[in-house]
Amino acid sequence: MNIQEKVPLRGPYWDGKVSEIKKKIQSIFPGGAWSPLYDTSHLPPERSDVVIVGGGVLGLSVAYWLKRLEKQRGAIRVLVVERDHTYARASTVLSVGGIRQQFSLPQNVQLSLFSAEFLRNINEYLAVVDDPPLDLQFNPSGYLLLASEEGAAIMEHNVKMQRQEGAKVCLMSPEQLQKKFPWINTEGVALASYGLENEGWFDPWCLLQGLRRKLQSMGVLFCQGEVTRFISSSSHMETGSGEQVTLKRIHEVHVKMDHSQEFQPVECAIVVNAAGAWSGQIAELAGVGNGPPGTMQGTRLPVEPRKRYVYLWHCPQGPGLEAPLVADPSGAYFRREGLGNNYLGGCSPTEEEEPDPGNLEVDYDFFQEKVWPRLARRVPAFETLKVRSAWAGYYDYNTFDQNGVVGPHPLVVNMYFATGFSGHGLQQAPAVGRAVAEMVLEGHFQTINLSPFLFSRFYFGEKAQEHCIL
Amino acid sequence: SLSLVTPVWNRGTSGIRGLSKAVDPEGSQRKGRTLLQFLTDRFYDVEAVREYLLRKQVLKVQKKNRSVTYIKERYGPYVAGAYFVLKLGGSVKFRDREWMRADERGLSSLEFRKLQEVPLEAVDASGCAINYQGLDNLLALKELQSLSLRRCPHLDDWCLGRLYQLADSLQELSLAGCPRISERGLACLHHLQNLRRLDISDLPAVSNPGLTQILVEEMLPHCEVLGADWAQGLKVGPEEQSQDAPGSPIPA
Repeated sequence: MNIQEKVPLRGPYWDGKVSEIKKKIQSIFPGGAWSPLYDTSHLPPERSDVVIVGGGVLGLSVAYWLKRLEKQRGAIRVLVVERDHTYARASTVLSVGGIRQQFSLPQNVQLSLFSAEFLRNINEYLAVVDDPPLDLQFNPSGYLLLASEEGAAIMEHNVKMQRQEGAKVCLMSPEQLQKKFPWINTEGVALASYGLENEGWFDPWCLLQGLRRKLQSMGVLFCQGEVTRFISSSSHMETGSGEQVTLKRIHEVHVKMDHSQEFQPVECAIVVNAAGAWSGQIAELAGVGNGPPGTMQGTRLPVEPRKRYVYLWHCPQGPGLEAPLVADPSGAYFRREGLGNNYLGGCSPTEEEEPDPGNLEVDYDFFQEKVWPRLARRVPAFETLKVRSAWAGYYDYNTFDQNGVVGPHPLVVNMYFATGFSGHGLQQAPAVGRAVAEMVLEGHFQTINLSPFLFSRFYFGEKAQEHCIL
Repeated sequence: SLSLVTPVWNRGTSGIRGLSKAVDPEGSQRKGRTLLQFLTDRFYDVEAVREYLLRKQVLKVQKKNRSVTYIKERYGPYVAGAYFVLKLGGSVKFRDREWMRADERGLSSLEFRKLQEVPLEAVDASGCAINYQGLDNLLALKELQSLSLRRCPHLDDWCLGRLYQLADSLQELSLAGCPRISERGLACLHHLQNLRRLDISDLPAVSNPGLTQILVEEMLPHCEVLGADWAQGLKVGPEEQSQDAPGSPIPA
């Protein structure tokens, strides 16, 4: 039987097919366009144990501690996905870079204390053979928080708690303050708390580069791309009390390359959300908050970007070399920068004055109207100052209680959070990284107990409010 | 003035660590180090061995700086501080006594028992490997009047942030030649209001020695600050330049 009799080899359908097949055969031959092996070096790997979304200081810190606490050398494969390798809008590098232990929650004090110890011994933690040691440019000048009459009792209570945790903070009366720092105007100040050790400011870019260098030597993979999709599977379970819950597990992360439609599905076991100001969007992609409001399923991650301005000015008669980072009760703060009488500072706006976080444009009127009068009242020498430049950065602001979110999500079982620190993420990053790594590897917090910072508090309404926010 | 920065810094921490990349005394050392780097880049075993040796160096310094708590409990803080400094290779001076230094035979415990109640007045820890942890032993000495920390290779800005605890008694402090101290650490010396003499000469990490000296002098008005000459680093003015031209000898 001849096949040619059954199927006509001429006709509209076959003509198109034959020419396609001819083109394909021609391209396979040498000199043609098709090649079975194409270059994928710019794409992330197809499989990774942990995918960390966000390459800022928190994401890199989690990666560092995961590699450091793993039981066997090379046991865990970590991929860090960062959308912008220039870090142009990342909160880490736009930060003022301060570190302090003066918080109102004991967990925050412990986190800062460990982070100070990490930064102090950074050349032991992040040592790479054959590379020069890191110089963090740390200024151990301390923080000086001022309190008015209403805040004095709370400040005293906080300082007592901080000293119990091991922070070296002392309380000063207005007279002592005037004697020690004659350039301060103590009008309206009832009490001041001054950090004596392990407080000051440093260069966040250096920390970031040091972490990157160490991670590359430890074998962590870096990828420049944007996470666009999570492929997950759900399973329906019943709780002990008979309620139905839907547990989700993320199986794949789709990483889209820059300026192209190309994407790579990365199979992963664990996803860490360290995306900073954009963590809310990443959480939405994973399905956090998809559900009726008032249930655990319907609880969103309340982290959103908030724009903050930092101004740099020059004041020839300003405070001298001994000036700490001074924080006024009204919210304005400033610190010295370098040897040339330059100062950095800003102020957190109230809820009504919040600027639009769509871009990073600086509003100099805000300085004229809100920041300068407060600073000039506190330090009379600042009446004559000249603004040199300014920049803006994002806080990954936790609208619920201005404290970080750490740990796994109760329903999306393999997504861990390390975000929402509302302006004190940089100074707590080493300790938070360790806590998340412990949670991933051991299942519980081992060194510092961060259970007040778990995600479930948003559903249960248990606020872990941080009062000392700058 | 004589330079106080001896090559102790390079000798103590160079070698396999490769810290002194910028300073390369001999060509043969350079060749050796490049071979090691070549091997490290290609073999995990070599890299692991070098990381282990690096770690061991760090642990050595930490071991030297352990707190001598058992001596402190038994003999008191003055004897503990003196023992610590003498063990590291420095010298101490008790009140109304002579300077003591550890000799080849080591430290004998007989003298210490007599000195339990005598406060320690002066400590010279120059060139010793004292670090942040080791300073614990010195900060308990509440009557310390003179502290000399010249050329200490592991003393950095964080350590200076701890010196406020000696503010009541300290009158003389010398930090000359310490390679890791910068002007940022010097900023926290303002707590030491009883300080009368401060030596901050030859600090290689200070970016602007003349300006730093002026700012430190403003910060500590009652203190005599020895350091760089404030005119150091200033450019030659126009009148000095024109003086050179007619002053140069013209052959007859």
